[in-house]
Amino acid sequence: MTKFIIIMLSAVFINNYVLSRFLGICPFLGVSKKLNQATGMSLAVIFVMLIATAVTWPIQMYLLNPNNLGYLQTIVFILVIASLVQLVEIILKKYIPSLHKSLGVYLPLITTNCAVLGVTILNIDEGYTFAESMVNSLGSGLGFFLAMVMFSGVRSKLEGADIPKAFQGLPITLVAASITSLSFLGFSGVVENLFA
Amino acid sequence: MNKRQNLLKGIIKENPVLVLVLGTCPTLAVTTNVMSALGMGAAATIVLLCSNVVISALRNIIPDKVRIPCYIVLIAGFVTMVQMLVKAFAPALDEALGIFLPLIVVNCIILGRAEMFANKNKVIDSAIDAVGMGAGFTLALFLMATIREVLGNGTWLGISIPILEENNISIMTMAPGGFLVFGILIAIVNKISGGKNAKKSFGCAGCPSAQVCNKSACGEKEEAK
Repeated sequence: MTKFIIIMLSAVFINNYVLSRFLGICPFLGVSKKLNQATGMSLAVIFVMLIATAVTWPIQMYLLNPNNLGYLQTIVFILVIASLVQLVEIILKKYIPSLHKSLGVYLPLITTNCAVLGVTILNIDEGYTFAESMVNSLGSGLGFFLAMVMFSGVRSKLEGADIPKAFQGLPITLVAASITSLSFLGFSGVVENLFA
Repeated sequence: MNKRQNLLKGIIKENPVLVLVLGTCPTLAVTTNVMSALGMGAAATIVLLCSNVVISALRNIIPDKVRIPCYIVLIAGFVTMVQMLVKAFAPALDEALGIFLPLIVVNCIILGRAEMFANKNKVIDSAIDAVGMGAGFTLALFLMATIREVLGNGTWLGISIPILEENNISIMTMAPGGFLVFGILIAIVNKISGGKNAKKSFGCAGCPSAQVCNKSACGEKEEAK
């Protein structure tokens, strides 16, 4: 149990996908302007990360590894994720239209999101078991959610600020991201000591 | 547009990283030292060149409706090849790039060029475009890595620099430094270009998924204009 908590907490705070691993920067900069969009996008990411891990982990362990096809990992994973996202979108549209309405627009964007492909590959690289992989995916997704929501708050403050012309738009956003990421540096080393 | 302009536009006017703001994840992640930045640039350029040439050659054969999955499969194939070559001949680089080597598949620059250029132009032009864009990507990475390694580590390509070595600003090689240097570089580019082709907001123009998402998820683009 302690191991799960450690994996979870380090995925959310220490190895935060956006702010310290630099995965999923595009949606982080693109969709974080409004709080409701940021929430919708991150919920969709959490959802896709979980199902992608649930599908790719067994594929790697029971299909690719026994047949010495480990080198096909990249190709197989991206294809599986892309078709999975399509499938989920169709199912949601048919059976849960209300959920499709709130998450649907973000789903196609996620296919080429490096955070999703990243989490599935990292789970294999770290040698996690199936349960650990799922916990890690959930934690990574929650970390993404936390970063997005926090950052959309920071950005709403930037709206009215008086910024030099060259810095307007993207540059100031990146500087703000830098400061947000600085605050996450404070978490390093906390989790290990929590259970020591 | 003649061939020379085509080559040069990727390096300066439409620099994929500093002007179009594509492929931000690897830009921030691998620029902690110059060596891995150059390695990443080279790997991405090779994949971009191969994918642009093949996609351009197949542009009349691939059905329009399934073009994005086709491109992804082609790109993933080339990435796998590059991955195997790097693992075999440059294991140190493989270690340094880590997860970002397989993640070249989802690098927006490659899919973006396929969608914006290679599926409309001839093979030769697409190859030139790929070389230009790849060079622009590598140059931007090199620039950022130089700033971060010199200030953060006091070294350049592993060669130590006398005074900076003792007084390094180690935050530069950490995550916040990446965002900061990237932000300042884009601001400098904005200043030099007089804000003419500057990208005020992170919008849909460069996003390869723009067609699929009907711009509903990134509605801020219209406001920014």
